Amino acid sequence: MKYVSEFRDPALAQSLARAIAREARPDRTYAFMEFCGGHTHAIFRYGVQDLVPGNVRFIHGPGCPVCVLPMRRLDDALELAERHGVILATYGDMMRVPGSGRRSMLTARGAGADIRMVYSTLDALEIARANPTRQVVFMGIGFETTTPASAMAILAARREGLRNFSVFCNHVLTPPAMVHVLEAPDIDPAQAVRLDGFLGPSHVSTVIGARAYRPLVARYGKPMVIAGFEPLDVMQSVLMLIRQVNEGRAEVENQYARVVTEEGNLRAQAMMDEVFVLRDSFEWRGLGSVPLSARAIAPAFAEFDAETRFAISEKQSRETKSCECPAILRGVKSPKDCKLFGRACTPETPLGACMVSSEGSCAAYYTYRRAETMAQMDRAQMEAAE
Amino acid sequence: MSTILRPGACVEMAHGGGGLATTRLIREIFARHFANPLLDQGHDAARLDPLPPGRLVMSTDAHVVSPLEFPGGDIGSLAVHGTVNDVAMAGAWPVALAAAFIIEEGFPLADLDRIAASMGAAARAAGVPIATGDTKVVERGHGDGVFITTTGVGVVPEGVNMAPAHIAPGMAILVSGPLGDHGVAILSRRQGLEFGTAIQSDSAALHRMVAQMVAQVPGIAVLRDPTRGGLSATLNELAEAAGVTMTLEEAALPVRPEVAGACEMLGLDPLHIANEGKLVCICPPEEAEALLAIMRAHPEGAGAVRVGTVGERAAPGTPGLLRMQTLIGGMRVVDWLAGEPLPRIC
Repeated sequence: MKYVSEFRDPALAQSLARAIAREARPDRTYAFMEFCGGHTHAIFRYGVQDLVPGNVRFIHGPGCPVCVLPMRRLDDALELAERHGVILATYGDMMRVPGSGRRSMLTARGAGADIRMVYSTLDALEIARANPTRQVVFMGIGFETTTPASAMAILAARREGLRNFSVFCNHVLTPPAMVHVLEAPDIDPAQAVRLDGFLGPSHVSTVIGARAYRPLVARYGKPMVIAGFEPLDVMQSVLMLIRQVNEGRAEVENQYARVVTEEGNLRAQAMMDEVFVLRDSFEWRGLGSVPLSARAIAPAFAEFDAETRFAISEKQSRETKSCECPAILRGVKSPKDCKLFGRACTPETPLGACMVSSEGSCAAYYTYRRAETMAQMDRAQMEAAE
Repeated sequence: MSTILRPGACVEMAHGGGGLATTRLIREIFARHFANPLLDQGHDAARLDPLPPGRLVMSTDAHVVSPLEFPGGDIGSLAVHGTVNDVAMAGAWPVALAAAFIIEEGFPLADLDRIAASMGAAARAAGVPIATGDTKVVERGHGDGVFITTTGVGVVPEGVNMAPAHIAPGMAILVSGPLGDHGVAILSRRQGLEFGTAIQSDSAALHRMVAQMVAQVPGIAVLRDPTRGGLSATLNELAEAAGVTMTLEEAALPVRPEVAGACEMLGLDPLHIANEGKLVCICPPEEAEALLAIMRAHPEGAGAVRVGTVGERAAPGTPGLLRMQTLIGGMRVVDWLAGEPLPRIC
C-alpha cells in the first residue's frame, strides 16, 4: 500500500529504536502524552512500546471524541431519537457508547428508535432529502477533524433550503484540552500528571495547522511534535521529543510535514468560523468543565441547531460508579488502576467510555495487552493483600 | 414456456400458500435451475444414494446477506458455498444440500430467478445437488428480500479425524489465500458506503481442495473457514478450545492492497473481516510445505501461505491466547471483534 507501507518498515523501525535507546538518558524518565486516540491505537496495534526503553512512557491523552463526550449529551441524543421521533444519524463509534442505565444507541435502535449509522455528513443530508416529512438530526461529534464536515453540511442544508435537517453539535477543540491537562485547575497537585511533552495530533493538525499550538508551547514550555499515525511516524516523533528534552528546547516541531502545514486548512477554518461560535465552557468527561473548549452553532444558523429546534429536557446523568475513565482521560491513572477493567468492563460490555471506542485507552489495553495488564492487576492485588 | 416470469412480476403471498401459485414458482424457478436426479424424484424427502463408508456429518447455515448481489457472487451462490465449506471443514465430502427460502412479498421474480440460477450453477459447479427444499413467503416488511438457509450432509472418509484437541505446540498455521475479500466486497456495496473497488468476494467451494488435503496428509489437526469475525475469531476460538497460545506474523498475512486500503480508510482490521472461500489449516510443521503445495495447485488456494505458529500451552486455568508479532517487531494480542465492526470517527 503506497504511502502507508513505507511508514511500517521493519528495518527503519529497528534503526529508530536503536537511536531512541542511544539518546534516551538512562538517568531520567520521559513521559510523553499522545493526545490523540489514533496515536494510542497505533502505539498498541504495532507494539511501539516494545521498541522503546522502559523509561520512555506514553501517557494516553483525552483525544478520543467518543470517550470525552459526557453521558448527559449522549442521553440528550437518545432523547432526540426516542421522544422527539427524529431520525438520528451518527458515526459508527457512537453506537455502543453506554448512556444512563446502560442504554446505548444500539439498544435504543433495537427498541424501535430510528438511529442510522452514517459514514459522512453527506449521508445524513441524503437521508434528510429522502425523508422530507421526518426531522433528521446529525450527531455532530469530534475534534477539529470532523467539525468542518458538520459545517459543510449546515451550509449545504441552508443552500438547499432543507428544513428538516439539524445538527446536535458536540464538537470540541484540541488546544484548550491540552491546556487543561497541563493546568488541571481542580486537581490535587499531587495527582497532576507530569508531562515532558506532547505527541501532537495528526488529522486535527491538518485542519488547524502547526501554528495553533505555538502559544501553549511557549506558555507552558512543553515540547510538542506533531506526529503522523503510522508506527514509524510515532517512533520518529518520540526521538524528536527526546532530543528537545535533552537539549532543553520546547518547540512545536512538525514530523507529519507530508500533510500538516503551518497554517492548516484555511478554507476549513473559515467554514468553521462562519457556522460555529465558541461555547463559554463545555463539560468533558474526565476533564470536567473546560472554558472555550467547544463549539455551538452560530445564531445565524440557529434553524439548523437541534438544541434550538427541539426542547431537550434537563436531566441528571450519572457516570458509572468506580469507573476510572475520568482519571484515565487526564492521564493520571492507567487502565490497570481501574477495578472494573477486564472484569465488569470489557469491549463487549463497556461501562466506561474509554472501553467503548477502539481509540480509548482501556480498549487499547484490553485489545492488545490484556494478558499483561490483567497479570499486573493480579500482582498489585496480591501485594495489597499482604 | 414460462408463465410466472412476466416483466415486473413480484412474489405474492399466494406463492407461499401451497396451491397452484406455489407449484408454479417451484417448477418454473427452483426446479428449473436446480434440476438434478435427487430433486426430480419429487418426494417431500429426498432419498439419497447409498453413501461411501465413513462418518456422516451435517451442517446448516442461514444466509441473510445485504446486498443480495455483490461483486463476485450473490446470496444464492453464497448459500451453496457456505454450507459446502462447513461440511468440508470436517474433512467430509459433501453429498447433498437442502435449501429453504423465506421470501418477502413484493420481491421481484426476476431477481429471484437470477439468484436461483446462480445457486443452481454453484451447486452444479461444486457437484453437490440441491436434493430438497422449501419455500415460504412473508408479508412485505417482515423480511429483507430473500433469506436462504441451506443444510448439507457429507461423509468423512475413514481415518480422517480432526478436532481442536489435536492442536499441539509447534504446529504451523496456514491460510489458503488473501484475507478479507468477501467482507470488503460487501461493504463496498453497502448503502452509504459505495466505494469504487475491483475487489470481488472470494465466495468459493473448497471441498475438492480439502478432499485432496485430507487424503494426502492425514495428520492435519484442524480445518476451519474464517467467515464472520474473520481470522481472529476463528483462531481465538481454536486457541481457547485447545488451551494454547498462537502467534501470527503480521508480515506474513496475505491481504490484498485494495482490501488493506479499504480497511485503513474505514478503521477496520482485515483480521476481523469475513471470508467465504478461505480456510485455516493447523498441522504439524513438517506437513506444512506439502499442504501449501496441494492448496496452491487449486485456484481457490493459489495464495496459500503459512501465517503463524502454535506456541506453548496456556497455564492451567488461563484461556488460550492469540497474539501477533507486528510488522515493526512489537507484540500484541489479536482480539475477538466485539459486536459489529464499527468504523472510527477519525
